[in-house]
Amino acid sequence: MFRNVAELVELAISQNKKISELMIEQEMNVTGRTKEEIFSQMDHNLKIMEEAVERGLKGVKSHSGLTGGDAVLLQQYIEKGNFLSGETILDAVSKAVATNEVNAAMGTICATPTAGSAGVVPGTLFAVQKKLNPTREQMVSFLFTAGAFGFVVANNASISGAAGGCQAEVGSASGMAAAAIVEMAGGTPEQCADAMAITLKNMLGLVCDPVAGLVEVPCVKRNAMGAANAMVAADMALAGITSRIPCDEVIDAMFKIGQSMPTALKETAQGGLAATPTGRELEAKIFGIPLNRRESKS
Amino acid sequence: MKYKSVFDIIGPVMIGPSSSHTAGAARIGRLARTLYGREPKWANISLYGSFAKTYKGHGTDVAIVGGILDFDTYDERIIQAIDIANEHGMKIRFIEEDALTDHPNTARIQIGDDKGELELVGISIGGGKVEITELNGFELKLSGHHPAILVVHNDRFGAIASVSNILAKYEINIGHMDVSRKEIGKMALMTIEVDHNIGDHILHEIEQLPIVLKVTKIVD
Repeated sequence: MFRNVAELVELAISQNKKISELMIEQEMNVTGRTKEEIFSQMDHNLKIMEEAVERGLKGVKSHSGLTGGDAVLLQQYIEKGNFLSGETILDAVSKAVATNEVNAAMGTICATPTAGSAGVVPGTLFAVQKKLNPTREQMVSFLFTAGAFGFVVANNASISGAAGGCQAEVGSASGMAAAAIVEMAGGTPEQCADAMAITLKNMLGLVCDPVAGLVEVPCVKRNAMGAANAMVAADMALAGITSRIPCDEVIDAMFKIGQSMPTALKETAQGGLAATPTGRELEAKIFGIPLNRRESKS
Repeated sequence: MKYKSVFDIIGPVMIGPSSSHTAGAARIGRLARTLYGREPKWANISLYGSFAKTYKGHGTDVAIVGGILDFDTYDERIIQAIDIANEHGMKIRFIEEDALTDHPNTARIQIGDDKGELELVGISIGGGKVEITELNGFELKLSGHHPAILVVHNDRFGAIASVSNILAKYEINIGHMDVSRKEIGKMALMTIEVDHNIGDHILHEIEQLPIVLKVTKIVD
């Protein structure tokens, strides 16, 4: 049983196992289910993620009309070949966006770790798939590795925007993805932890301020940048760059920042982008209500 | 540890857009339905904190009603749940509460018909995971992730022993248990999480105990 990232890394090194294997073993111990049952459930979740990306890349529109179609725009842009950053990174971004556009349209997705942050893990997974040509088993393992790091965050900090802001959702998702990319690319357990730490450090303080309370603006684009962040941090860790602050301490810092974050910035649609003139205008247009109805009373 | 399974993190498979405000809300509604045991004729749903502020955008309303209709988090009928409930003749009322609660995503659900009522408070703690914190005025802690039995009994000595003796006789292991009461010597509620689903004959045997008033179960 691992309680934090340090224990997870220590177990992986001392038993010479992958983090995904440790996560599967722990799941077997906790639930009493067989390895095959656990693996097959995760394989099903992977299938749901594939279907969501496929649907999003065909183009969807949310009921509010605020989001949809950006994944398609980005894929068309990649095809033209004149992009400035990189193909894998943009592919990850477009697939993260595709997933969250489907989520915003009340489509079927797999939460990773939440629905609002469901794009980052599959987006990066399907982008690095092209580069690394993993087996199906390695792809399912990617999700167990991501799950192991998310498990630590959920139990030591939070994965809820209402409790900890967007850093707890997209921040956690990005850290999980970065760690899983590193393992799939052949990195060490320490490099996984460094990738997670580097990613999460750059997401600290990120508030949850959804316009009109909808999981659309800015959530979809935060998943885009979360995916990009995870890709770059994974590359940095694989290059041998380490985090000066250990991963567990970054997670703890995230938790404390979340606690001291004002309620207006924790999924209440009272502050941040939700409270901008345009944010309020969109809200009034969607719900047909007076502009100040949702203003904070305090 | 609040989160025990990797599928709390990579999962649930669900209808969007929010794991806490849609999937979690559906699970709270569905636990109310399970504990009630049948489809109610009416439902009063009070929303607090972030639930109250953003429920329309997140589909929290359709999700809770979907749960009360016994729909799972990935059931696409959730989107039309309020219409379906109306077709079934269910009267639904939503109340946006201003009161501060311990957790920002809190819902109080009262459901009932001519034969009886049930009231519970549920919180959605993130990633689709929920806890029931109050049932008919009793404080408790129930995740709904394990089979469980809930025993309403007289608050007297020997109650726990007599129930656990029956479970022991059938070789049923207790994973988690707590007991709560409103006043000393009146009614109390035993919440017992177990490793495997329990047969109805065992529940019936518990219900026959003189000290026991009512038994309900949650299956996995």
